[in-house]
Amino acid sequence: MQPRYFATFYLNYKNMKRIIGFKKILGFFSAMPALGWLFGFFSAVIIEYLIGNNIAWLLGLPKIPVLFGFLIMLKKPLLIPGALAYIIIVYLLPLTLTARFFSGKINKLAAKLYKLPPPVYTVFYLIFLYIIIDIWAGMSDYRIVTLKLTFIAIILTLSLNVINGYMGEFSCSHTGFMALGAYFASTVTLILFTNDKLFGEALLPSYLAPFLFPIALIIGGIAAALGSLLVAIPSFRTRGDYLAIISLAFMFIVKSLIENLEVLGGARGMGGQHPLANLPTVFIWTILSIWIINNFVTSIIGKATNAVRDNETAANAMTINTRRTKIVTFMFAAFWAGVAGGLFAHVLCYVNPGTFGIKKLAEIFTMVYFGGLNSIVGSIIGAVAFNLASEALRPLELFKWIIIPVIMILIMIYRPTGLVAFKEFDIKKILAPKGDK
Amino acid sequence: MEYFLQNFINALQWGSFYALIALGYSMVYSILMLFNFAHGDIFMSGAYIGFCIASLFIFLFGGVGAPGWLVMILTIIVSMFLTSFIGVLIEKIGYRPLRNAPRASAAITGLMIGIILETSNIAIFGTKRIAFPPLVETVTYNIAGIFITNKKIIIVAISLFLMAGLHFFIEKTKWGMAMRAMSYDFFIVPLMGVSLNVIAPLTFAIGSALAAAAGILYGLAYPVLDPYMGILLGWKAFVAAILGGRGSILGAALAGFLLGFIEIFTAMIFPSTLRDLIAYSIILIILTIRPHGFFGKAHSSSLRL
Repeated sequence: MQPRYFATFYLNYKNMKRIIGFKKILGFFSAMPALGWLFGFFSAVIIEYLIGNNIAWLLGLPKIPVLFGFLIMLKKPLLIPGALAYIIIVYLLPLTLTARFFSGKINKLAAKLYKLPPPVYTVFYLIFLYIIIDIWAGMSDYRIVTLKLTFIAIILTLSLNVINGYMGEFSCSHTGFMALGAYFASTVTLILFTNDKLFGEALLPSYLAPFLFPIALIIGGIAAALGSLLVAIPSFRTRGDYLAIISLAFMFIVKSLIENLEVLGGARGMGGQHPLANLPTVFIWTILSIWIINNFVTSIIGKATNAVRDNETAANAMTINTRRTKIVTFMFAAFWAGVAGGLFAHVLCYVNPGTFGIKKLAEIFTMVYFGGLNSIVGSIIGAVAFNLASEALRPLELFKWIIIPVIMILIMIYRPTGLVAFKEFDIKKILAPKGDK
Repeated sequence: MEYFLQNFINALQWGSFYALIALGYSMVYSILMLFNFAHGDIFMSGAYIGFCIASLFIFLFGGVGAPGWLVMILTIIVSMFLTSFIGVLIEKIGYRPLRNAPRASAAITGLMIGIILETSNIAIFGTKRIAFPPLVETVTYNIAGIFITNKKIIIVAISLFLMAGLHFFIEKTKWGMAMRAMSYDFFIVPLMGVSLNVIAPLTFAIGSALAAAAGILYGLAYPVLDPYMGILLGWKAFVAAILGGRGSILGAALAGFLLGFIEIFTAMIFPSTLRDLIAYSIILIILTIRPHGFFGKAHSSSLRL
């Protein structure tokens, strides 16, 4: 970074902090443990569920703002004060009140929970989080779809981060893996549970569908993992640009193959899946993927991928089997991309090869490099931020695709590896109670 | 045999687009060691700039009755000149701050600049496809049963002329020598009094000018412009640039023609929907056997994107 730019940037940042008392606000919330945030949002969601419509009516809004008021503010500038007031009343007020009055009590509760074994309290937190999300999303269908797609984006971003961040290869084949997963999983569910022209009568009654859906997803994931061998084996001899091209070629091959297979509907796409991927299913799969991918990257083989990234020759000299590492990592990441593809197909109940093109790939890259390489938290932040931003800026239509790239370029200039790169993900640290000040 | 020769000429025309675009990728790579992923969209912008200039010239010279070839050559020269500024701007805003960053960051920046170019193009011209004005009347010659249009001759001739000009520029002029030196080592050469901040914009300008020429020739052959045309041709030309060997200019041109031949001849033998599938499979096989392309040097394992 050039020092001049850095100085102005830093000075502005300092001024901003002084003007709005940034530090004070941070200090105010710093005593709040994760449980406190959950309680704050829980009360906010309850308020919205009970009297959200009334508040919206009082403030002159047509209905409750679905996405924190962003959509309404951009669509109808006249309603900005109302939407802001709504956000303050419904979201900020409960949060501040909880932080102000209940921090101590919640901290004691969190400390008690913290004495339990880690899996127990993690599950407790997750259930609590899911309850909040479920109530929040239950208020409109739009929220449900946005949330589902965001969760799927988290899985995709994490799995691409395993290859691009942890192993340091530039793989462009992720949408190809996703397409494989989507098509295989949809084929399985279509054969089993749908009366289709192509695959004949349903083999099983449809009440079994939710129970066998994980198996379909796993079949999709395994198909993607096997497909990834086509990229992993050439990666023994090539890396960098050439691997990028090989993976790009793989992606185009998969897309073109599906377009030419009339059995799968060709370029028209494939529809008629049951809407099996409901919110709890997607949530559980996302949590599973975060858990397993975190375990993978902190395991011995995860450390080996880092060694391969930093210096392949030295890693080889240190008795790391680089070929095995590459194959395992590619297959592992492709498996999760396939699962995400299967979920994606069952959220939209329709897939078409055009979806899995360069544009989708650019989106996934943006999420990975925005959030941060080599970091689980970074990937989650990147996926959530990108999805929410692209939904929130939707009313701007075309200018959305100027604003997002400009933000991305600025991030690349000031933080070339992403926002939260090279950070470990420690669930214990996140959920720990905060000491009183 | 006649059928084969007919397709041969089509492949020459189709390959010359790829070759002209791939040259831009390859030149930037040889200087800065990174791929300019916005290049496909520079090609698209060049075609649209060519459309504006051509319409303007037809409007201005239409009454005078200037011959079509003159308008065409003027259009190509002016649009090459204008598009080169886009290249310089992209280098200055997008790539110069990232010169010491990881190369993947530069790749992402390139993708983002590409999206910005596309979007601003849609904002100006709308999502509709635009018909490129026919600058030259089509004349078909029948030589021993092979049909050759004058447009095909013009396209292949102009692209070969541009490639020869680029070769002359790089081999014989002082600037070309500076560029060759820079591609040899861009840490030492700036110490000898050749500024990277001059050579890099020059490279971008030349690459963008070639892309603009390719855009206008494309508009001449297939007179439909749409805002997403840069994606398809750009990525394929990128593949050609890699296939020729990174940073090798001769390799990029040859691989561009090769890619054109592969695509046209697969479409000749198999159904045309299989074109991408077979072309990319061949590329996958070539790169698996010869990982550093035709003319590229074998690379060290520490180099990464």
